[in-house]
Amino acid sequence: MWMYALRRLILTIPILLGVTIICFALVQIAPGDPITSLVRPDTPPEQIAMLRAYYGLDQPVVVQYFMWLWRVLQGNFGTSIANNAPVAAEVMRAFANTIVIALISVVLAFIVSLILGTIAALRQGGIVDRLVTALAVFGISVPTFWLAVVLVIFFAVNLNWLPATGMGSGGSDTFNYFDWNDFKFAVMPIIALALPPLAIMTRTTRASISEILNQDFIQTLRAKGLSEFAIITHAIRNIMPSAVAMLGLQLGYLIGGSVLVETVFTWPGTGALLNKAILTRDIPLLQGTILVLAGAFVLINLVVDLAQSLVDPRIKRT
Amino acid sequence: MKSLKLRGVLAAAALALTAGAASSVFAQESVLRVAMTAADIPDWTGAPDQGYEGMRFAGYTMYDALGLWDLSSSDKAADVVPGLATSWEVDPTNNLLWTYHLREGVKFHDGCPWNADSAIWNFARVMDTSAPQFNARHATQQGSGVVNVASVEKVDDLTIKITTKVPASLLPYDLAMFLMISNCGVEAVGNDYAKFGEKPAGTGPYKFDRLVPRERLELVKNAEYWNPDRVPKQDRVILLPMPEASTRAAALMSGQVDFVEAPSPDTIPVLEGAGMQIITVPYPHNWNYLLKVDSGPFSDVRVRKAANMAINRQDMVDMLQGVATAGYNTLIESQAWYGTPPVYEYDEAGARALLEEAGCMPCKVKIGISTSGSGQMQPLPMNELVKEQLDAAGFEVELVPMDWNALIGVFFQGATASGFDGINFSMAPIDASQGIIKKWMTEYAAPACCNWGTYSNPKVDELGAAALAEFDQAKRDALLTEMNNTVMADAPELFIVHDLNPRALSPKLTGFVQAQSWFQDLTPIVVNP
Repeated sequence: MWMYALRRLILTIPILLGVTIICFALVQIAPGDPITSLVRPDTPPEQIAMLRAYYGLDQPVVVQYFMWLWRVLQGNFGTSIANNAPVAAEVMRAFANTIVIALISVVLAFIVSLILGTIAALRQGGIVDRLVTALAVFGISVPTFWLAVVLVIFFAVNLNWLPATGMGSGGSDTFNYFDWNDFKFAVMPIIALALPPLAIMTRTTRASISEILNQDFIQTLRAKGLSEFAIITHAIRNIMPSAVAMLGLQLGYLIGGSVLVETVFTWPGTGALLNKAILTRDIPLLQGTILVLAGAFVLINLVVDLAQSLVDPRIKRT
Repeated sequence: MKSLKLRGVLAAAALALTAGAASSVFAQESVLRVAMTAADIPDWTGAPDQGYEGMRFAGYTMYDALGLWDLSSSDKAADVVPGLATSWEVDPTNNLLWTYHLREGVKFHDGCPWNADSAIWNFARVMDTSAPQFNARHATQQGSGVVNVASVEKVDDLTIKITTKVPASLLPYDLAMFLMISNCGVEAVGNDYAKFGEKPAGTGPYKFDRLVPRERLELVKNAEYWNPDRVPKQDRVILLPMPEASTRAAALMSGQVDFVEAPSPDTIPVLEGAGMQIITVPYPHNWNYLLKVDSGPFSDVRVRKAANMAINRQDMVDMLQGVATAGYNTLIESQAWYGTPPVYEYDEAGARALLEEAGCMPCKVKIGISTSGSGQMQPLPMNELVKEQLDAAGFEVELVPMDWNALIGVFFQGATASGFDGINFSMAPIDASQGIIKKWMTEYAAPACCNWGTYSNPKVDELGAAALAEFDQAKRDALLTEMNNTVMADAPELFIVHDLNPRALSPKLTGFVQAQSWFQDLTPIVVNP
């Protein structure tokens, strides 16, 4: 298994390189550049040229990419063009903010979806099944952006139960997930993030459990006189590898795809950072964020693959 | 074990008491929380980016310039008054030579004295590439303020002489955009501006206190500010970037912030219903189309006039729920150089007749627009309405949307290279330099500066040169007014509306005077319990 893990880790290198090359190329293809975001309309052209040279943007694109890569290989992610801050510190701070709410969201979604999906599978065609299906369809089809805004209007503006935006009175530097005064800022982002994976995993769980319940070995278990609870336990254990795979995929999706939720809630995570980097064409920041996100996605998938062999010994990773 | 438990309980109680005491200290501190439209904290080291919002919140709060904008009135357009200089004059025998008399007794927040040496050090920071304190970012951000300066010399501790490259009667306006930072502060950290950013120092009414990158900038009152009338009436200002208009509105309504920039028009009735104060004041912010006038359909003045006559500005104002006024000029009426320009009232039939006369029917034009952006108001619905009105009069408008960064690129490129007949690009004609000279003189045609459409009129160039060489304000204003009248008769832009700069304030706030300016003074705001 360890050899398998090592091989997978080595394979991440070309993946990461590929991702950074594609992103770098896309930013170059897109119109606009990082310097025009910074300067006033009446900035003299020679001063714009000077700043462009200062950041090495006057070099050919290929040279720029390899200069960036060379620095990264030496552990230097460079500095953000937009605010001159070290990219590594910026990305790690944002990643810490995103990974925590993404993990909470996905675990919450995983647990609730297992319960709801199983109940729906057991009560197929009944009112509970229909309610769960309706919730799942709602969760899959509702735009996250809209849901986030509605949550704000309802819980922050109308009921005044939860804060609308940000990470508390001290910002992310002093945020404490174990203090309700801080944690309440995370509640709505977590709900908004959790709903789509909850819906998808509920549908998957329902389908998988119903399929398992129709298999011959379940008939055998019933014939042997096992209780319904024990039978469900068997069924859940059987769907666990696919459920864990789904969990990993959803976690990866949440880490990279939380741009809208983080923008609405002004949650200073990687999604918001990525959005700012794209809008300002801040290439070092964009590349640094993408590299960390891609690395995290690959690692999460590796962990999920390894976890699958733990929950199902038939799956061997060699 | 029992004693350990007891100690634990006592420690917890002590902690709780300390926390209680701390929170009561915080409770006494009056805090103004501002939701900016910026997506990020503007540069806070004395060279603010992110447009004039950056200057507004991270510039004039912590730093001063030789001249400062007088932001004390809502009734007149803001003008430049003495700041770190108490007065200035041009040499009557040499109109390139200015004398600036510096304010005595001013100190930077780090205790460093403000004097001629610090002024000269600051000019070198953005002008002298060989100076150890030279900073390329600062030079770019602040460069337009010193673009006409050739050299600076010390006369004595409180006097400097500035030599300009060309006669530059508007120099005081340029220099009002050039912020002075602590030379001692930068030198103390070996000219490392990243370290200076950990404890930046200016001379402004607020001092830097704390920064959480990309999340918040916290400033505290400078009780020793040199102008006692502008010592802040709050203890702390927290600046929060909140680019999403609905988030800003929700944050205000849920009590998380007290002062919101640019609420979207559709949220204003709700905010008013919740008891918030909505403040609107005219200021030099024209929402318009810059037109390519050297070639293409808009090179014909009849087509430009037809476009201006095709716009029903009242419809636009109504759509924006009154947070804008009809625009017939680059400038707003309260600016000294507005003059008596022609007014292109809505006349669809007249517009159609002009297009037919010009032989441009349907008149196909390609316009670059942004989907959002600083000063762009509500670009998508507003541009849809403009297109609808222009098309009704005989134009055939192709709107090409792009993100704000890309449109800025198109602006810097200039019309000729852009492939567009016009762009929707809001400008800030805050003074005669930016509102008239750099917009219309041939020498400022892109990429040199801001004359995007390459407008060129020898009479306008002549008037502009005369105005720059005229140091008597009344005479200069007369020249600039004539220049503006001449330009407006050529209709080189499609004038649509002027933004009214809406802001929403919590009912707890009193004392705010919204100036007719892009910059605002937060110091008089009182945060009532």
